[in-house]
Amino acid sequence: MPSQEKILHIKGIKTHFPVRKGLLRTVAAHVKAVDGVDLEIYRGETLGLVGESGCGKTTLGKSIIQLVEAVSGQILYYEGEQTFDLLNLSPEEFKHIRQKIQIVFQDPHSSLNPAFTVFGSLQDPLKLYGVKTKAERRKIIGDLLEAVNMRREQMDNYPHEFSGGQRQRIGIARALCVNPEIVICDEAVSALDVSIQAQVLQLLQEIKEARGLTYIFITHDLSVVEYISDRVAVMYLGKIVELAESEALYRTPRHPYTQALLSAIPIADLDRKSERIVLEGDVPNPVSPPSGCAFHPRCPKFKSLSEPEKQHCMGESPQLSDATQLTQPHLVSCHYPN
Amino acid sequence: MTRRPTRLDKKFDILRERTERGTLKAASSNRALNKLASNKLAVLGLAFVTIMILASVFAPLVTQYDPQKVDLRMMLKPPSADHILGTDKIGRDVFARIIYGGRISILVGLGSALGAALIGVSIGAYTAYKGGWLDSTFLRISEVVMSFPQIILVLMLVTILGQSLMNLIIIFTLTGWGSLYRLTRAQMLSLREEEYVQALRAFGLNTFTICFKHILPNALGPIMVNITLSTAMFILQEAGLSFLGLGVPLNIPTWGNILNVAQDLRILQNYWWVWLPSAMTISLFVLAINFVGDGLRDTTDPTMQG
Ligand SMILES: Nc1ncnc2c1ncn2[C@@H]1O[C@H](COP(=O)(O)OP(=O)(O)OP(=O)(O)O)[C@@H](O)[C@H]1O
Ligand code: SF4
Ligand SMILES: [Mg+2]
Repeated sequence: MPSQEKILHIKGIKTHFPVRKGLLRTVAAHVKAVDGVDLEIYRGETLGLVGESGCGKTTLGKSIIQLVEAVSGQILYYEGEQTFDLLNLSPEEFKHIRQKIQIVFQDPHSSLNPAFTVFGSLQDPLKLYGVKTKAERRKIIGDLLEAVNMRREQMDNYPHEFSGGQRQRIGIARALCVNPEIVICDEAVSALDVSIQAQVLQLLQEIKEARGLTYIFITHDLSVVEYISDRVAVMYLGKIVELAESEALYRTPRHPYTQALLSAIPIADLDRKSERIVLEGDVPNPVSPPSGCAFHPRCPKFKSLSEPEKQHCMGESPQLSDATQLTQPHLVSCHYPN
Repeated sequence: MTRRPTRLDKKFDILRERTERGTLKAASSNRALNKLASNKLAVLGLAFVTIMILASVFAPLVTQYDPQKVDLRMMLKPPSADHILGTDKIGRDVFARIIYGGRISILVGLGSALGAALIGVSIGAYTAYKGGWLDSTFLRISEVVMSFPQIILVLMLVTILGQSLMNLIIIFTLTGWGSLYRLTRAQMLSLREEEYVQALRAFGLNTFTICFKHILPNALGPIMVNITLSTAMFILQEAGLSFLGLGVPLNIPTWGNILNVAQDLRILQNYWWVWLPSAMTISLFVLAINFVGDGLRDTTDPTMQG
């Protein structure tokens, strides 16, 4: 079971992209891709991050490893007694901390460089982290390939010689090559067909246990999240709307959005009877999210509320807070949770 | 350690028994070469270009005449067994001049194309990868250079720098880097979004390594095509300038300089062998390079890949 020791604390992260318009390319507005996310991540856990397309999952992941720049907020990384402020690292700290968080991507076709063999792609990061001789680098990469159930010799092959599942495993090996503590898996199995998906998910589990890793597992596939996550965070329009232990969230979803998402997965076990809740409309434009609770134009619950309650939903944005007061926190951002 | 079974577990149990299928068969790595070989025009072009380059490099083995040697007894003689393409108005062997001229003409074309590539590709790759104001600044500069009529720019520079072989290459490079810059920039803008680039950035590798070592090789196909086509273009420009007497100094034989005599109406009308072979060499050579370039383009264009 994951510990209660914090490894990462994301505080009020906002990542906005400028929208440029006109001849002079002036900034007309901002896409609020991530708009105030607070999240604590514990050492050794797998945190699932779910939500519809465009809700900002990838952007949150990229903000954490600074592939995109957050406009405000703080990300704290804990190592032993020390705390590092990831968005304000000194150059020495940066060199030491940069590789602690790595990422595995979705697209097995663009995730490997077609011009290089596996060894060619992976050796530069190893050099950067001080593996001096070629023989050592070959040994490390060979070991990594074996760790992801591939053959050592395959390090001298080019990406086009691999299948989708193999490429994805090479992507995992690459993320592992600098011994990270946290691995962000951004739709890491979404592009694979289900039999390969199973192998890769199992592999990820094994690796996690063998190396004591922490995962942030981004996906829109709720059954995958249920399979792999200890806790699940549900995102909507750049904000987290529900965060709970995976089991609690799947058994008793409290946010109307989570309920709608869950009702849409085909149900295998018949003892969980539920109506399929159809979400109307598309995700609103993150440039100008709706007032108050951003979910209100699509919220099934909202329709059944009284007029003053509706005004409340439309006027005030709900805060993420504990709804149940049970031993394990179950955070919901809704004025009228279930 | 127990984990609560979910609905995927059942599916996985079944699948676990199946072992992974055999790996995909390795795609043919010399597919590009095969493709080029099946393009007849490209092969023909490549053969012609190769022959011309070899002939001019080994010119002394191909002809026993000195292209500079004046022979006043043999002025304007038509083609014969001794002089297969005849002689020019001061008795120099035309065939020898074309073969030796190829050295300079090809040097100017290829040298300028490579120079333009060096500038255009390095600026284009770096600024596009970096983006922001650096990219927009260079984009504006290239627009200014490219919107200026190139021939006027060349003429101005020739007057300023003076006429010499080296200057000509420098001038062509300075005026011609725009198209390679544009091409590299466009390639880079799309390649830098690839996930492997993001992964490299997550390791904290420096910009130069990512940009030039890891990304650039993926853009080389179209760049090579553009370099071949630029070579043809610069050979034509050299010929044009030399015809006007503004290219390589007239005493050095180049295809353009040989053509220069055709300014004289008497020669143009009565002594075709003095200028026509050179004109045809230029046309054929440029055409051949274009065939090679088009063939290369087909092999590197992903939409044409079968
Ligand atoms: N570089 C960028 N510039 C401008 N807008 C961006 C950029 N990256 C993402 N966005 C916008 O930010 C929003 C969130 O995108 P993001 O990729 O984080 O969503 P996601 O939850 O990962 O979706 P998906 O499930 O489709 O991957 C989208 O509206 C997207 O258009
Ligand atoms: S706050 Fe209101 S509109 Fe928003 S999810 Fe809750 S009930 Fe629906
Ligand atoms: Mg995404």
